[in-house]
Amino acid sequence: MDDIKYKANVDYGTPKSVAEKQVTLNIDGVDISVPEGTSIMHAAQLAGVTVPKLCATDSLEPFGSCRLCLVEIEGRRGYPASCTTSCVEGIKVHTQTPKLADIRRGVMELYISDHPLDCLTCATNGDCELQDMAGAVGLREVRYGYDGENHLSSAKDESNPYFTFDPSKCIVCSRCVRACEETQGTFALTIEGRGFGSKVSAGNKDFLESECVSCGACVQACPTATLIEKTVIEAGVPEHSITTTCAYCGVGCSFNAEMKGEEVVRMTPNKDGGANHGHACVKGRFAWGYATHKDRMIKPMIRKRITDPWQEVSWDEAINYAASEIKRIEAKYGKDAMGGITSSRCTNEEVYVTQKLVRAVFGTNNVDTCARVCHSPTGYGLKQTLGESAGTQTFDSVMKSDVIMIIGANPTDGHPVFASQMKRRLREGAKLIIADPRAIDLVENSPHIRADYHLNLRPGTNVALISALAHVVVTEGMVKEDFVKERCEWGSYVVWRDFVAKPENSPEALEKELGVKADTVRAAARMYATGGNAAIYYGLGVTEHSQGSTMVMGIANLAMATGNLGREGVGVNPLRGQNNVQGSCDMGSMPHEFTGYRHVSDDATRALFEAAWGRPLSSEPGLRIPNMLDLASEGRFKALYCVGEDIAQSDPNTQHVTHALENMECVIVQDLFLNETAMYAHVFFPGASFLEKSGTFTNAERRISPVRRVMTPKNSFEDWEITAKLSKALGYPMRYSHASEIMDEIAALTPTFKGVSFKKIDELGSIQWPCDDENPAGTPTMHVDEFVRGKGKFFITQYVPTTEKVNAKYPLILTTGRILSQYNVGAQTRRTKNVEWHKEDVVEIHPHDAEDRGIHEGDWVGITSRAGETVLRAKITERVQPGVIYTTFHHPESGANVITTDNSDWATNCPEFKVTAVQVTRVNQLSDWQQHYKTFSEAQIAFANKKLSKNTQQPA
Amino acid sequence: MQTEQLIKMANQIGDFFEAEPNQSQAQEDIANHLNRFWTLDMRRQLAAYAKEKNGTGLHQQVISAISTHLKV
Ligand code: SF4
Ligand code: SF4
Ligand code: SF4
Ligand code: FES
Repeated sequence: MDDIKYKANVDYGTPKSVAEKQVTLNIDGVDISVPEGTSIMHAAQLAGVTVPKLCATDSLEPFGSCRLCLVEIEGRRGYPASCTTSCVEGIKVHTQTPKLADIRRGVMELYISDHPLDCLTCATNGDCELQDMAGAVGLREVRYGYDGENHLSSAKDESNPYFTFDPSKCIVCSRCVRACEETQGTFALTIEGRGFGSKVSAGNKDFLESECVSCGACVQACPTATLIEKTVIEAGVPEHSITTTCAYCGVGCSFNAEMKGEEVVRMTPNKDGGANHGHACVKGRFAWGYATHKDRMIKPMIRKRITDPWQEVSWDEAINYAASEIKRIEAKYGKDAMGGITSSRCTNEEVYVTQKLVRAVFGTNNVDTCARVCHSPTGYGLKQTLGESAGTQTFDSVMKSDVIMIIGANPTDGHPVFASQMKRRLREGAKLIIADPRAIDLVENSPHIRADYHLNLRPGTNVALISALAHVVVTEGMVKEDFVKERCEWGSYVVWRDFVAKPENSPEALEKELGVKADTVRAAARMYATGGNAAIYYGLGVTEHSQGSTMVMGIANLAMATGNLGREGVGVNPLRGQNNVQGSCDMGSMPHEFTGYRHVSDDATRALFEAAWGRPLSSEPGLRIPNMLDLASEGRFKALYCVGEDIAQSDPNTQHVTHALENMECVIVQDLFLNETAMYAHVFFPGASFLEKSGTFTNAERRISPVRRVMTPKNSFEDWEITAKLSKALGYPMRYSHASEIMDEIAALTPTFKGVSFKKIDELGSIQWPCDDENPAGTPTMHVDEFVRGKGKFFITQYVPTTEKVNAKYPLILTTGRILSQYNVGAQTRRTKNVEWHKEDVVEIHPHDAEDRGIHEGDWVGITSRAGETVLRAKITERVQPGVIYTTFHHPESGANVITTDNSDWATNCPEFKVTAVQVTRVNQLSDWQQHYKTFSEAQIAFANKKLSKNTQQPA
Repeated sequence: MQTEQLIKMANQIGDFFEAEPNQSQAQEDIANHLNRFWTLDMRRQLAAYAKEKNGTGLHQQVISAISTHLKV
């Protein structure tokens, strides 16, 4: 375990300089060479000399306000602040002289005279920079007394559910204000007033009502107890810390779990985290309380029918019962009537053992993962064009982009920490193009950022847009032919070029279809092709369409044609929704491929796995999730092992999914909670939270990061152990003693993971695959000298309008998305205080459409589609365009997926979540489905709460 | 699986390759896609349907792909 002494992180006071040129200076007698532009404070810390400071911290640009860090430089007059003064060749610096000591004591005296002297009972006692500085400067008395004018009676703001703001302890160092601006980019805080009267203000509102998005950057930056986590107030300062990785979104932030024994006191983003550089969002930093929520299921349960109450049993009984059911079903219906589903919320190791169980022990390739419903088109499209099913860049690459194009993604809500980095680059002047039917915050609702072009296309017309953009690039002579000639298949380029150049692909011809002015499309294309380094970032607004894969290929085409691949600042960047979407796909969780995206029909690969696993393996692709569900509805698919995924909530056409589940004879669900799918289960294996297990997650930039056990699993086992137990009961023992041994097996069988091990991950912090003999420390940027497939291949992207069409009966288009405070199906975030920001899913509707239907803000409205009906509250907003409505799916009772249809992507069956034709009307009661759902779920929860003991009921 | 569902999915694949100028290549690509991503049962069901119903409702190129390159 990588247990480090608490406070091992050193604060260098100012950010690192990246200059190449070195300068040498002498600090307190020590010679040191540092990159030009390094502050004296930073250099001193590198030399082992700590200069007192209050307003400086190395996550923020220096500010020079507290005057505690003054130094003397030989031959110079005065006392420059070391945080704002850069090192110069040959200077001699003194950080400790009698004069400096005097000045510093004077400064501290002023601070302390306006500070409550309650260190002994203060929450940060022992972990407070102000306290440390008083000690460091040797402050022993305060000559001014404490009875002058002060701020000691200022009221505390406790409105934020996770942290408090106590102005009486504020020293107005502006660290919080600067953190909100520089680190987070929200600009929620200001310093109001001047001189003694100045104070920190969240826009004259309390924190909860303000613009604050609760990222916690200000709390982390605060040197006193002014801004402090409520958990620290309750539990006291932590005593040890373990580095692990956030279990929420695809940014994959690295955190230090700061602990007291087995209790998490706070999660602090790791400054050395390659994806997040010490920043985090409200989910990762604060919303981890679900791990100890009372709803956690910790005992296994079984039942014969879903109409029976649950029976709590021992682990052995549950495992044996599950195994006997699997054997029974295999004997009765055959191997192909069984399968498994993993989740992107699982670690790599869990996904790997699950697909191994299904392939080697169930004896079928019927294994799929939830990427089916999100990024499967990314895997397909990028493999076809570039040769690897992965994003091409690191997140840091954005700092070298001149033009950023965001298509169908909402980074400030879905990928908040990366969005903060992107916003920093945009504030530095990078250009921004947004293609999205809805006005996401980055369009014009983020301080100091405004999109240069917002292509607010009609949902479902992505491919027409990408062809129109390509048309402009090709017909206006903006193709980088040298790049294409050298790096791509010229023949495929010519075919593509001739295709996009056709008049029917021009922005003018497509103007009506897109709903975007041709001039705007042309201008955006010119900016992308000629504006310098151009990078495309995209999300589920690209993939979750009937032409999702086509669009991914269209994006890759455009990037190849303009030479925007193979270096920093450019690239094709899928923003993955969940933490381990990339990883779960890498781990062979799709029915047609083994780890590292190798097809099951490839004899050499299959032979490798057959030899390693000692079992014959099928060369035929297995069923995808929607195929499994279709067959189950027909009574031909009977047993499902579902690990960490909640298909009854997250997959489209809920009623079809639940009907399929009802038709199965053995549904085994492994999860933290009795989720929606578990309500249809016959066996429930309680799972472990990310804080209770070891493994790895791989984020959107292919970064494999450590997940480390910081507390004992409440459910007794890590998830891979449960899968291994099931495997053993089925006659195939998996002999691992630790998750690291699973990774060793993955590495031995997967060329792109050859050099990966827990040991190396711990040494390097994280590794971006491919990691092999040629790239022992991993590969930050892909396709540098050549594409993984050799030459890049262009594909024709013919626009085929979706069959999900609006008509008189269903005149509006529903599109779905996410919000910052909630995560996916909400099973975790709904069990945290994040609900204060999002208590229910609402439907956004344009004022015109609302008026036509007599709908007012907050009214209940019924949304009807070809698949079903649900009822939500209306929110009237111009964020959506006329004809389009929008909702989220974080709460099961909202039934957002009752209305989505089973239309899907042609290549991967990724559902078309983003386009559903609907009608909306004012109603005054819940839909039939919602009423049924309420009764059903209440009964199921009662079954779990009133578990029968073994003696009262036995599954027949 | 419902045959209509298979026809719908197969036709979507056909639509993608429709703009490919080399149509014999398109047939091969369509079949290849089915071979690589559809289960054997699904392919067999589709092929049986194409044979029985003379391809009614199926994209022309899909019909050709089934008869030339589909592994069943
Ligand atoms: S904030 Fe720091 S200096 Fe102030 S009372 Fe608390 S521990 Fe003492
Ligand atoms: S929590 Fe984040 S958004 Fe809120 S005020 Fe602090 S830095 Fe700004
Ligand atoms: S949810 Fe995403 S952005 Fe937020 S802390 Fe976790 S990984 Fe980082
Ligand atoms: S730390 Fe340098 S002026 Fe405050």
